[in-house]
Order: sequence, then C-alpha cells, then structure tokens
Amino acid sequence: MSLAVIAGNEVHVDDEGFMTEFEEWNEELGKQLAHNISIDLTERHLETIRFLRDDYKVQGETATLRRVSTLGGIPTKELFELFPKKPAKKMAYIAGLPKPAGCV
Amino acid sequence: MTLTMEAPIPVFDDDATDRKMAIICSKGSLDMAYPGLVLANAALGEGIETHLFFTFWGFDIINKETMGQLHFTPVGNPATHMSPMLMGLPGMTAFATHMMKKQIEGIDVPSVPEFLELITDAGGHLWACRMSADMMHLTEADLYERVEGIISASDFIELSEGAQTIFV
Repeated sequence: MSLAVIAGNEVHVDDEGFMTEFEEWNEELGKQLAHNISIDLTERHLETIRFLRDDYKVQGETATLRRVSTLGGIPTKELFELFPKKPAKKMAYIAGLPKPAGCV
Repeated sequence: MTLTMEAPIPVFDDDATDRKMAIICSKGSLDMAYPGLVLANAALGEGIETHLFFTFWGFDIINKETMGQLHFTPVGNPATHMSPMLMGLPGMTAFATHMMKKQIEGIDVPSVPEFLELITDAGGHLWACRMSADMMHLTEADLYERVEGIISASDFIELSEGAQTIFV
C-alpha cells in the first residue's frame, strides 16, 4: 500500500491502483477514477456506485454483481452496459472499494 | 514505507478479455449443475465469451420440466461422510436435496433457473446437444427459452474453436 495523488487528493492505493481507505473517497475522485478507465459517469453509474458504497459500509465487503442487481435494483444486463466487460471490478475501482471476493 | 506518486491504473481491457470458454455440462444432479454455472458466471464477469453446452443428463438443467427440481442424491457419494446404509433409506434423497438447496440459498446463490437467467443476461450462450434431444424425444419447445439452439457435436467443435473447454 502506498500514498498516491488522484485528482489532487493524496490517497492510499494498492499495487493495482485500487483505493484502500474507505473514508478517503469522494464523488469527484470517483469521476477521475472512472475517467482513468474510460468511463464517463452518468447519474445511473453514480447510483450503482452509491449502492456499492452504502452496502460496503454495512457488510464490510464489496457487493458481487448479483447482489447489486437483486438488492441494488440495477439489472445484470445494464451493469454490463454501464461497466463493460468486467463490471464487478470496474465498479469496485471507481467506488474506491476492494474487488469483490464472492464467487456469485 | 509509503511515498507519494501518481496512482497506478488497473488494466481492465487487456488481451485476457479475448479469451473464450466452452463449458460442457453432462450431469443433471443438483451438485453437478452448479460447478458449470458458477464458472460460466465468473468467466462472463471477467469479460470472457462463454458458451455452455448441455448434453446427456446435463439436459435436465435446461429441460423446463426438470430444471427447477434437480436432486442431490447421497447414495454412493463418499463426500457425505455418512454410512452408505443410511443414505439408501427412503426419503433420504429428498432430505439431502432440501438441505443442499437451503445451503445454496443461504449463501445467496441463485436457483438453477435463476442462474441461467443471470448467465444469459451477462451475455452467456446456452446450447443443447442434438443427440441427447433425439434420445429423449425433446424439441426446442421443451427447453428453457433462452437456449439458442439444438446443435450437433461437430457444431460444438466448431463454435468452441480457440476456447478453453471444461467438461463437467
């Protein structure tokens, strides 16, 4: 883990660039992270990211895609459109959370 | 030790996403249906083109009549660590199936029909085996509506070209 600068903020990240401190994240930062991986955040993206962060606060782990669709109410198909190819990891990255650990 | 630097950016759309997987599901018991479904779902989540080919008893997974009622039988299954005599008692399969379904639900893993919906929503492809369909006198009308077609073994060989193939 090391200190890095994202959008002018000094934050902690792991070797891959995922943020490691929940409290260091804000939406501006999220926008920069999304931009880094070529995603322009829309309101729908942000809805997903907010669900992910709220859920993490309660569960202590990053929601899987299934959890985002069943509890967050954003259908699987749409998640693949919003965050193409690797939705679970991309969402976690933008939300400043660790990659989800669950299998399903 | 920590130091300040520009944050690294994870590589998401690397060449690994050109991977392709073909999973052959040949068994229709509850415990043998899940491994293929879980792997397919994981592969799709990694951006990998994924095909599932259902053959022989694996047909029960996509047969509308049976897909919601797959069983787990503990008879002759050493993994149960129970007396084989006991496992053969009447009602034991129903009991073991009920227990397994509860465990699966308990960890928030979907039922088989729901899982197929999830996989196809994620872009996965479902195929049925021609010989099995003929043997069991089943047509596309008998199969889960998201199955894309009943195809021959050679069709499968063609579509799995360049794919990593997993046999379950």
